[in-house]
Amino acid sequence: MDYRISDDDGGTSGVGGVGGITGPRREDVLPASAAAAVKVVIVGGFGVGKTTMVGSVSEIRPLTTEETMTQAGVGVDDLAGVERKTETTVAMDFGRISLNERLVLYLFGTPGQERFWFLWNGLFEGALGAVVLLDTRRLEVSFDVVGRLEERGVPFVVAVNAFPGAPAYPLQELRAALDLPDAVPLIDCDARDRGSSRDTLITLVSYLQALTMTPETS
Amino acid sequence: MSGQGSGGPATPWDEGGPERLYTVSRGRAGRHDRTSVELVTLIVARTEPEPGMQPEIAAVLRMCQFPLSVAEISAYLVLPVSTVSVILAGLLKERRVEARAPVPAAVLPDTELLQAVMHGLQNL
Repeated sequence: MDYRISDDDGGTSGVGGVGGITGPRREDVLPASAAAAVKVVIVGGFGVGKTTMVGSVSEIRPLTTEETMTQAGVGVDDLAGVERKTETTVAMDFGRISLNERLVLYLFGTPGQERFWFLWNGLFEGALGAVVLLDTRRLEVSFDVVGRLEERGVPFVVAVNAFPGAPAYPLQELRAALDLPDAVPLIDCDARDRGSSRDTLITLVSYLQALTMTPETS
Repeated sequence: MSGQGSGGPATPWDEGGPERLYTVSRGRAGRHDRTSVELVTLIVARTEPEPGMQPEIAAVLRMCQFPLSVAEISAYLVLPVSTVSVILAGLLKERRVEARAPVPAAVLPDTELLQAVMHGLQNL
């Protein structure tokens, strides 16, 4: 069946349909000099603060983009030889940071259900890297995500969002639970705080810088 | 992916507002059209909207007077990225818009790019 998934904090932004199409507000317009864009993907479980993080550093109110995905039925008994396909609309919130007059950074918060993150065609392609927002209530989800990012060769850092009610673990314990290599940064953050979210992105970029300086062994 | 078209043109869009998706992409939901732009490709209009244009196409030309990413266009049009990509492929072909391709980050982005990103973030 067709159903719609939206992220934790909703983020219904689209105004109007055909005939009532609006563009960016005047203050949300990029300068004509904007020549190139890069992206970072923020990955995390349902309600872990992805949209909050996007919103706290974005210069525009977070917007929602969507994609329609066709997926072959998984785990369906195939006795009749009929392949079942499901079509799903997945929504994703994103924000924007103008880094200078020419370069723009987009931040994408992945949709709520982890199995869709990696179906979104081109979401991780060309991304600088990813921030995994750790859900300490559902570590197994993050474990799966970390594995998939490693498989795809997407560099990432892991941030523990200090939201109320989540169990607090020492970072060292979390690193062990996630089987995270020592080189991968694991930090605390507060997704609601602009400075903290910016610092998380800075941690990612300096990790990327370190990676580019490490000579490949092969 | 959809777009095989074996069961007629309406098949790929048989759920969730098929008419509009089919109409705005004029049925050209081919794979090749989709690959020309991606989420953070910046689109800039080269021409003004003309009377009689499809509302979505006129809207794209209007909102892209200044650079705007494909993701933002999708958000403002309230249409899936793949549909927007088809619209944009047509506009690119007709040279009504230009695309500023995203920085290719390959496996590891180059140091200059990272430096620029770092400076930008530090200045926030």
